[in-house]
Amino acid sequence: MEKGQKAPVQSEYAVEMLHITKRFPGIVANDDITLQLRKGEIHALLGENGAGKSTLMSVLFGLYQPEEGIIKKDGAEVKISDPNDANALGIGMVHQHFKLVECFTVLDNIILGVEPVGKMGVLHKAEARRRVLELSKKYGLQIDPDAKISDITVGMQQRTEILKMLYRNNEILIFDEPTAVLTPQEIDELMQIMRSLAAEGKSILFISHKLAEIMAVSDRCSVLRKGKYIGTVNTKDTTVEELSAMMVGRNVNFHVEKKPAEPGKVILKVENMTVASKMHKNNAVRNVSFDVRAGEIVCIAGIDGNGQTELVYGITGLEPLVAGKIELLGQDITRQPIRKRSIMGMSHIPEDRHKHGLVLDYTLEDDLILQSYFESDFTKAGFLRRKNIRAYANKLIDEYDIRSGQGPVTMARSMSGGNQQKAIVAREIDKEPSLLVAVQPTRGLDVGAIENIHKQIVAQRDAGKAVLLVSLEMDEVLDVSDRILVMYEGEIVGQLDPKTTTPEEMGLYMAGAKREEM
Amino acid sequence: MLKKRSLLGKPAVQTLLSSLLCIVLGVLVGYIALLIINPAGAGEAVTDILKNFWNYKKHATQMKNLGNTLVKTAPLLMCSLSVLFAYKVGLFNIGAAGQYVAGAGACIYCAVGLGWHWLPCMLAAVIAGALIGSISGVLKAHRNVNEVISCIMLNWISLYLVNTLLSKVKNPTSPYTYEISKQLVVEEGVAKTVAHTEALLPQIGINSLFNNNKYVGIAVPMAILFAVMIWVLLTKTRLGYELRATGLNKYAAKYCGMQDRFNIVLTMAISGALAGIGAAMFYLTGFEEWSVTQSSVPAMGFNGIAAAFLGGLHPVGAIFSSFFIQHITDGGAQLNKQVYPAEISNLISSLIIYFCGFVLFFKLVLNKWLDRRFEKRMAASQKGVSKS
Repeated sequence: MEKGQKAPVQSEYAVEMLHITKRFPGIVANDDITLQLRKGEIHALLGENGAGKSTLMSVLFGLYQPEEGIIKKDGAEVKISDPNDANALGIGMVHQHFKLVECFTVLDNIILGVEPVGKMGVLHKAEARRRVLELSKKYGLQIDPDAKISDITVGMQQRTEILKMLYRNNEILIFDEPTAVLTPQEIDELMQIMRSLAAEGKSILFISHKLAEIMAVSDRCSVLRKGKYIGTVNTKDTTVEELSAMMVGRNVNFHVEKKPAEPGKVILKVENMTVASKMHKNNAVRNVSFDVRAGEIVCIAGIDGNGQTELVYGITGLEPLVAGKIELLGQDITRQPIRKRSIMGMSHIPEDRHKHGLVLDYTLEDDLILQSYFESDFTKAGFLRRKNIRAYANKLIDEYDIRSGQGPVTMARSMSGGNQQKAIVAREIDKEPSLLVAVQPTRGLDVGAIENIHKQIVAQRDAGKAVLLVSLEMDEVLDVSDRILVMYEGEIVGQLDPKTTTPEEMGLYMAGAKREEM
Repeated sequence: MLKKRSLLGKPAVQTLLSSLLCIVLGVLVGYIALLIINPAGAGEAVTDILKNFWNYKKHATQMKNLGNTLVKTAPLLMCSLSVLFAYKVGLFNIGAAGQYVAGAGACIYCAVGLGWHWLPCMLAAVIAGALIGSISGVLKAHRNVNEVISCIMLNWISLYLVNTLLSKVKNPTSPYTYEISKQLVVEEGVAKTVAHTEALLPQIGINSLFNNNKYVGIAVPMAILFAVMIWVLLTKTRLGYELRATGLNKYAAKYCGMQDRFNIVLTMAISGALAGIGAAMFYLTGFEEWSVTQSSVPAMGFNGIAAAFLGGLHPVGAIFSSFFIQHITDGGAQLNKQVYPAEISNLISSLIIYFCGFVLFFKLVLNKWLDRRFEKRMAASQKGVSKS
């Protein structure tokens, strides 16, 4: 902005990313993408996994430098070479996984990095507290400044993150998938907060792939697909169907087609199960009893962290039980090792495919035999039968449409998340289990892959297998399951029928506001 | 274009290139160090180190000295196998040195003190090494103690335990133990030695190739055989599949029902056993005796780390890298003592060994460069397409 140039005209846009192109080896992550955020609007950024949303945000925060394109703030071109530049420009972000210090108080977390320091390095917290409380009141962000992060709810943690941005006088607020961890009631609250922030003149970029939320809260929506910019629409002029077609590139069937369940004999019986928690002194799962029958999909619903993970660990044998009993096909397996359970007919699609599901530095074929490498088909006299393994891997790759760069010898690490998940699903289903335990099987996958996996799960049920599905996604729970059990603070607080219940009713159970005596 | 990339992109080629680059850099820095100390003889000194046994004029002497290098290559190879085996299973066995010491203590005591045959002596070394290794394994598996820390501590514990043990078979007139070809017997309260050649490793005729160097024998082919066996174990067997899975992702190993804790202990035990055999391969030749007053862990185990990395963490690569490292270590002794102080030889060879640790780094750089080049070419070819 040298002399001779006019001072920038008051721009209608808070921030503009114009014709951004960012390449990585072998892939164009962002291909000529333009995103213009108006002042005081809520702008949704929609796209499947791998569409380039994260890369675009990393460019905005200076973590990546784009090969082409410019960024403008208030109409003037700016250079953002690292996150500090972004902060200086008033751009703030609430990450999907909060960046909070667990053992610090809410107030300490808010002032972290911009502490009001007096002489000799003495902290002046009183002034900071006054400002935080003021902000909290102004925007209706309920917090307790002296509570420790580890003691407060996820919703309050998120409000702490929002206050962090406001305390730094950020004008541009980015929310990265903010609703993934919230209850329906908390989501409503967040929407209110976002609207009031926008009303106060803040500009909000809302990253999501949940169409309903985008329709509910945003003014405009920009869609990315496979690194390309598809378009920007006014939310009030569009429909969920149009948005999803823009996102996926075709029409998607949201509803899972299935015929009524015909439950048979009990396959899994859990009695008074209690599992200890690694995080705290209380038990993560408390005195839980239920059973799963052949030919039905029982879904454990609940908000993340209410004992679902530990419940599955207990059933699959990853953690020992404190008390209780588990029966599989009428046999007591409470003290049986994992391998025994697996051989008896339990399959497990784990919650975290990178932690448990795959050895990422193994080839695809080696990962496909993870549950069966010891069988005589694949091992003879202690040596692996490579020929059989290759044939088996090729068979699964064909049947389950697992796509990869080099077929069976592709490194699992280099495959896309969707195909990694397909490999796990193929491995676990091909074992022909009597019980399939599937934990968030569609987490982080795009709409097309989700459709595919849901079909597979329903097909298992129709083949007379028992399915225990653990999910955090309300839509998935309602669409796929035949019976819903809601978990809250380690206990099952309600059994619902997906045909008659509503998301609101489920939400009340999930939030602990309602419970029935089981 | 894809084909061109595939030759340079092959892991084996990359490893070879980076290993050679490491060697060149190590030699270069060594040369600079020599230049700084005394520019007069630097060039000559470097060639002396690299030539090692070729410095001798007579063919017979050359072969004899090559034999000496081979005698020390066998234990070095075993130590590098020990390190790389653990590394492939996700553990950093810096304790190969201590396991080697334990193996040395066991085999020397069994030979000189108990008068055993070489094979049981070697087995004793295996057990001692495996025991020390599995202590670190148990601590890691059941108490999550970092294996590097416990290994370093066990290195010293092993050293002083072995010093104490071998004091019993010490020659009263020197700090060394009796020769391996002797047995210490106590008759009517008087200690004396008798000849006992059974404990010496058999030479099986190999010594005749090296001008009857009596130290060269079964150990050399045995070590090479072990390298091949480790390669087979890691890549072809069910056990190798399990151990690598446990090393790469212990959570996935547990998830699919492998005994992850047992596998960690087993890995460290095998790793320790390999180092233990290495010690037996060296001390049972009678090449050197153990000094019970030594206060530093023999370098063999640590050089094994360098050899493992220089060999691209491949058992067959380790055969060549172990030989090279031993070759320059011995070559250091060829330096002109009038021009350079005696310690310089160690400095130069350790400089080269130090640079050997950069193999993985160079591999990474090479890969990045290849990726960038690939990307540029792709972009160029796309432009070409759009123009046409």
